Amino acid sequence: MKKIVGYGLLTVFILIFGFSLPVQAGDNILIAAASNLRFAMHEICRDFQEENSSIQTKVSYGSSGNFFAQISQGAPFDIFFSADATYPELLEKEGLTAKETQKVYAVGKIVLWFPKNSKVDPDKWVQAVTSTDVKKLAIANPRHAPYGRAAEESLRYYGLWEKVEGKLIYGENISQTAQFVHTGVADAGIVALSLAISSKMLHEGRYWVIPDESHSDIEQIYVVLKKGEGKKSIRKLLDFIHGERGGNILSRYGFVIPSVRSVGDNRS
Amino acid sequence: MNFAAPLLLSLKLSSVTTLLLLVLGVPFAYWLVFTRFRWKFLVESVVALPLVLPPTVLGFYLLMVIGANSFIGQWYETIFNKPLAFSFQGLVLGSFLYSLPFAVQPIQTAFSSVDKKLLEASWSLGRSNVYTFFRVILPLSRHGIITGCVLSFAHTLGEFGVILMIGGNVPGITRVASVAIYDEVQSLNYGGANMYAAILLSFSFIILAAVFFINRRFVRTL
Repeated sequence: MKKIVGYGLLTVFILIFGFSLPVQAGDNILIAAASNLRFAMHEICRDFQEENSSIQTKVSYGSSGNFFAQISQGAPFDIFFSADATYPELLEKEGLTAKETQKVYAVGKIVLWFPKNSKVDPDKWVQAVTSTDVKKLAIANPRHAPYGRAAEESLRYYGLWEKVEGKLIYGENISQTAQFVHTGVADAGIVALSLAISSKMLHEGRYWVIPDESHSDIEQIYVVLKKGEGKKSIRKLLDFIHGERGGNILSRYGFVIPSVRSVGDNRS
Repeated sequence: MNFAAPLLLSLKLSSVTTLLLLVLGVPFAYWLVFTRFRWKFLVESVVALPLVLPPTVLGFYLLMVIGANSFIGQWYETIFNKPLAFSFQGLVLGSFLYSLPFAVQPIQTAFSSVDKKLLEASWSLGRSNVYTFFRVILPLSRHGIITGCVLSFAHTLGEFGVILMIGGNVPGITRVASVAIYDEVQSLNYGGANMYAAILLSFSFIILAAVFFINRRFVRTL
C-alpha cells in the first residue's frame, strides 16, 4: 500500500516538475511573423535589442493563415505581423486582439525567381514559365498564405493560371516556397521580394519583380494580441519599427513603408 | 537564435514524458496482463493506435480537445490561467499519448513472460500482490522496462507532426529539435539544419545500440 502511495506521489512530482519548469523571464516579446519577414524581422530584432538590451524578442515564422488558426486555438503570442489585412481583422472579430492596434507596417512585392543556373531569360518570363524549361513552379499555398494568393492573382491576371496549374507546387508558407526553388526542387518560384533580396538568395539566382497592378496590394498589417496588451516592451518595438532604423531595414528588404496611419484612420 | 535551446527542450520533453510513461505505464501494463476484462483487446487496440495513425490525426484531434475553444482547453485555462495548446504541458500530453505503445508494449510483454510458477510460489508463501509485484515481477522484467523507457525517450525525441499541430513552432516553448530542423531549412540555413539532424541521428543510434547491448547482456546473465 505504501508503495502505491509512493507511486502516486511520484506521479504528482513529475507533473509538477514538468509543468512548472518553463518560467518566462519578465520582458519577453513573443512574435508571430509572416514568413516573408524571416530575414528582415531577424535584423529588426537584433538592432532593437541592441538599443533595448533588457528586452528579449522571440520570433516564430509561418504562414499568416496558419498563425490565425494557432492564435484562435490559444497560441501565446504577444503580437502578430501578418502578411495581409484579412487575418488580423478576423482575429479582432474573435475578440483576441488589443483594441485599435492594427496598423499597416509595410507593403510587399512579389517576384518571379529563377536559380542562377537556369537558362531562362527573366525578361521573357511569360514564355519561360510556360516553356518546358520550367517543369515545376513553386508558389505559396493560396489557401492560407497571402503571398500565395497574390501569386495566384498575378498568374490569372496574365492568363497563365490554366497553363501552369499542372506544374505548381505549393509551399506551406512563402519561405518554404523560397526553399523549394532555392534547393532546385522547383525550376522557378513566385516569392516575396523581401526573401529574394536577402543575402541567402540574392546571389543564388535572378528575379523579376511582378508588377503591382497584377495583384491586389499586399498591405501587411500587425496587430497586438490580448496577451501583449499594454506591454511597454511592445510599444518600444513598434516605435522602433516605425522609426528611422526599423524603416530603413524594411525598405532595404524591398518593402514600401506607408506613411504612418492606422487601419481605423484609413476607414474613416 | 540560441542553438542549444531546441535541443535542451527536446531533452526536457523526452525526459518528462518518459518518466510519466514509466510511472503510469507500469501499473497500466500490469493491469493489461492480469485483468480478466472481456474488452481488453479494445483497450490494447487503443494503446497501439499511435503506431499506425498519421501523427496529424492525433495532432488534429488533440488540438480539438485541448484547444482554446474546447471544454478541456477552457477548463485548463481557468485553473492555470494559461492555455494548454501551444504550451510545454500540451506537448507533454501529446507526447505521452504518442509514445504510449512504445512504453506499454515492451513492459507488458516482459510482465507476461514472467514464469507463473514463481508468482504462485510467492502467493502461496503468503506474500501479497504488491510484494510479489515489486520483489518478483519487477526485477524479472528489468529489460522490458528499460527497453520501454529508452524507446519512449527516443520516440518522443523524434516526434514532429504532433508537435507542429498542437505546439506550432514557438521559440523556447515548443520549438524542439525536430521542429528546429524544419525551421532552419526554411531559413535556407542548411548548415544549422544539418547540425540538429546530425545530433539527433547520432543520439538515436547511440540509444538503440545501448538497448541492444543491454538486452544482449541481460540474456547472457539469465
